[in-house]
Amino acid sequence: MSVVEMHAPFKPGDYKSDVKPIWCPGCGDYHVLMSFTRAFAELAVPPEDVVVVSGIGCSSRIPAYMNCYGFHGVHGRSLALAAGLKVTRPELTVVVASGDGDGYSIGGNHFLHACRRNIDMTYVVMDNHIYGMTKGQPSPTTEPEFDTALSPGGTGLRPFHPLVIALASGANFIARCFSGEPNQTAAVLVEAIRHPGFSFVEILSPCVTFRPDEREWKNLVHPAPVSATSDPAKAARRLMTDDGFNIGVLYRGDRKPYQPPVGQGCADLTELERDFEL
Amino acid sequence: MIVGTPKVTTLADLFAVAYQIEAEAVERYDLLADQMVTHNNPELVAVFRDLSRAEAIHRDEIRRQAGDIDVIAHAQRMAKWQRGESPEAANLDEAHYLMTPWHALQLALAAEHRALAFFKSVTETTKDSAIKRLAEEFVEEEAEHVNLVHRLMRKYPRPTGDWSDDPDSPVSQE
Amino acid sequence: MQDRESVSIAIVGSGGAGALTAGNFLLEAASLAGWRGLLSRTVGPQIRGGEAAALVRLSTHPVECLPDQFDVLIGIDWLNASRFGAEIAVGARSLVISDPRGGEPPPEVAAAGARVIELPMKEMAKAIPEGRANMIALGAVGRLIGLGPDVFSVLLEKRLAGKGPAAIEASRAAVNAGFEAAAGYDVGLRLLAPKAIDTRRWLLSGNEATALGAIRGGVRFAAAYPITPATEILEWLAPNLTKVGGVLLQAEDELAAINMIIGASFGGTPALTATSGPGLSLMIESLGLATAAEIPLVVIDVMRGGPSTGIPTKSEQADLNIAVYGCHGDAPHLVVAPQSISDCLFATQWATYLAETLQAPVIVLSDQLIGQARAAIERPADVAFIGQRFKASDIVGAYKRYALAANGISAMAIPGTRGGQYTADGLTHTERGMPTSGERDHNAQLDKRRDKLAQFNFGDHWATIEGKGDFAVITWGSLTGTSREALGRATRDGVDATLIAPRLLSPVQPDRFAAALNGKTRALIVEQSHGAQFYRYLRAHYDLPHDVRLLNRAGPLPIRASEIHSAIMAWR
Repeated sequence: MSVVEMHAPFKPGDYKSDVKPIWCPGCGDYHVLMSFTRAFAELAVPPEDVVVVSGIGCSSRIPAYMNCYGFHGVHGRSLALAAGLKVTRPELTVVVASGDGDGYSIGGNHFLHACRRNIDMTYVVMDNHIYGMTKGQPSPTTEPEFDTALSPGGTGLRPFHPLVIALASGANFIARCFSGEPNQTAAVLVEAIRHPGFSFVEILSPCVTFRPDEREWKNLVHPAPVSATSDPAKAARRLMTDDGFNIGVLYRGDRKPYQPPVGQGCADLTELERDFEL
Repeated sequence: MIVGTPKVTTLADLFAVAYQIEAEAVERYDLLADQMVTHNNPELVAVFRDLSRAEAIHRDEIRRQAGDIDVIAHAQRMAKWQRGESPEAANLDEAHYLMTPWHALQLALAAEHRALAFFKSVTETTKDSAIKRLAEEFVEEEAEHVNLVHRLMRKYPRPTGDWSDDPDSPVSQE
Repeated sequence: MQDRESVSIAIVGSGGAGALTAGNFLLEAASLAGWRGLLSRTVGPQIRGGEAAALVRLSTHPVECLPDQFDVLIGIDWLNASRFGAEIAVGARSLVISDPRGGEPPPEVAAAGARVIELPMKEMAKAIPEGRANMIALGAVGRLIGLGPDVFSVLLEKRLAGKGPAAIEASRAAVNAGFEAAAGYDVGLRLLAPKAIDTRRWLLSGNEATALGAIRGGVRFAAAYPITPATEILEWLAPNLTKVGGVLLQAEDELAAINMIIGASFGGTPALTATSGPGLSLMIESLGLATAAEIPLVVIDVMRGGPSTGIPTKSEQADLNIAVYGCHGDAPHLVVAPQSISDCLFATQWATYLAETLQAPVIVLSDQLIGQARAAIERPADVAFIGQRFKASDIVGAYKRYALAANGISAMAIPGTRGGQYTADGLTHTERGMPTSGERDHNAQLDKRRDKLAQFNFGDHWATIEGKGDFAVITWGSLTGTSREALGRATRDGVDATLIAPRLLSPVQPDRFAAALNGKTRALIVEQSHGAQFYRYLRAHYDLPHDVRLLNRAGPLPIRASEIHSAIMAWR
């Protein structure tokens, strides 16, 4: 260990823009933003080498609040957009930010295929069990008995289990965090970003406006009773008893991340054109 | 990235942790003040800016007291707080766009108490007399802050039950 | 000073001040007292605690649009109100009521030279237990316009029943305090006594009217995916559709929503969904499917600022192109556009009727301006448009789902009908519904789908045509009312003009349009579209007079009656 104290190259503040969030005070996403900036600082990745891709919703506003490259795209398609970006620019750090509505509802199909494709990127879903931006409709993770204007008396539907879906679809790293513990979340994000392949991190992030009952979450979350596994079957069994509030890394897989076929790189096109010669 | 209660084994450790605690408290009050600007609560903007300034004074004082020790670099190498994050950082989850100064001071009070408890635990667990002395100084400092917050709270009564009532509904933005 | 026919009030406030609630109460109280009114609003980007303004126009006769200027601008506080500067125009004769502790009014207010009166609303509210500044403001406005505290009292009793007697008392006291405080303001803003109203009136938003129109038209299934500014349609339908024996399903996205309603309609149930521009874009492929397979359905598009994510909380008229032309291939279908809050009910009911009758998709182009505005309207008459689908029954022999018929409408067999089994298809098909790539069937079916729309008699509902003279003002949707007001002013100034506002945008009506334009030598086309979509659509399908001028722009600022009036007067 060096005697001379070296400052880390980047501080969390280096990743924050000066755009003031429109999130309601008390929103869990403020902590998530903190976790992002702390994670990037820990990784010491230059802000210009990071791209945060998002869809539509409160969580998806996050790219504007960071001093990295960002893409605030259309509803539910951020994973597809990020895939195109990452395979053509593999040296960039690509992080996708979404919410339970954007990510699990309209984005559901893309979620399946992103896990399956296993491109090296990190998918962070801020789950608040509601559609916040459009004023409180149920999302796929909303409890079946939760009353809303669009589903009077509750949906009666079994909630979506994102960790189960991610595991079944082939995600290479799966974790759940709680926004109220930003340092722990930051540590998981660091690991997720470092882990090769498709990393999925669900962050429980309470909505103070439409789900004031989620104030309880800080008392419900608890460290996962067992440590992470690299055996998908074990992970699947653990998920059978998951109460939705287990915090920690569930699964660290060893699938090789997606690599597109690499060509020789021919300089001129005559070889291609030979196909047409009579 | 190590996450857990930072271990204090040297004076440099203690200075670094104390500095970090105050620095994060400043950032947190600034963030809360910014939130109150965006959400049109000017009274709370003033309260949080005042609290931020007070913490900044403590932060700068610790840095001065630390002398040659590079508290920033040192803190960067230490473990990051795990549960409940840095003790003196006001709890963001308790913020509300209609919060009153009383609420803000409640947050500040809780933060000061947490910081005090941390330094107290250092005095109780350390075997090093120099560290113990410095930690005791910090305990005294935090106790003074607690008293200060109590004095401020006398100015602001506890609000009535309907403080968070907003006659207007939330606005759908997208 | 003489009492007036109309008065406009803007109530501004932020962070829990309750400006929008005050606006709602003002509209409702005025309506109870017999006046007509229109309420719109404008807001900051926050979900809670943001700056907000309620914009109210009250009158003794129906209110067509927002005013050019506000007579009263009352600021509970002015935090971030500069955002609204351009939108809440005031003039030298306007009255601004300002709380001395609420900050400074926006610079445009000072520049306008309006008279400013200070009213310490926050302080007055503090003097009343549980009192609120917005109720003080409400009382003050009431005094100015001649709306007594007794009307507010009745309203508060009703609206605050859930909050308990203490809250009602506090609000009453605050309204009274505001009423008293405004006693000295001699500013000539009293409204004429309301005319006697002998029909029942309703207070509702365009979105609510749309939803009811759907149910009246026979819709019994809705698929829902939330999007601003259409979500209220779906949220109103959720419990009310159930009440009439219908079903609403929340979809996972708009692709699912459009396909859900296709499925329901295929099964025989009139079906609808509601969305905005981005959602309509997603639905386009399946709208083509419904067109090709001749499935009735209704899609409401409450237009907002575009393109892409655009300005979700503001209005534009720039989805005309995608509504009319969005499908790939040649896929004629219907596009209907309501012209007011009240017309949202009729247009949607009519759309449902047309969809069922013509077995085709109908896109209803509403917009944020009428969708989210509220008005007191005459209770709409029960009209005879209820969806009547031509269903196949007592089928003998080989059933031809897409049989060529004189009117282009073939009997549709609903699953469960013996002998009527067929497979609906987006593939080009024969009369029996079998896929084909043949030239004869393809053209026959294209002709069928085009001609069933072209030969249909849409009646006078196809457009609003009013006025006289050789000058035509051509517009559509929410600008119809604004144009009507402008034409009224022009007539008073000695210039006659005809208002032509199509309610049916697709299929085009060349003969009727030609008749409407007969004798017109000049046309002013008014639309809220940066690319002048309506003008180009008219040019594509109709012969316009030789002299045409455009008054078009994008949102977010709605085109005002004064602008249209000026354009008319400048061109006489």
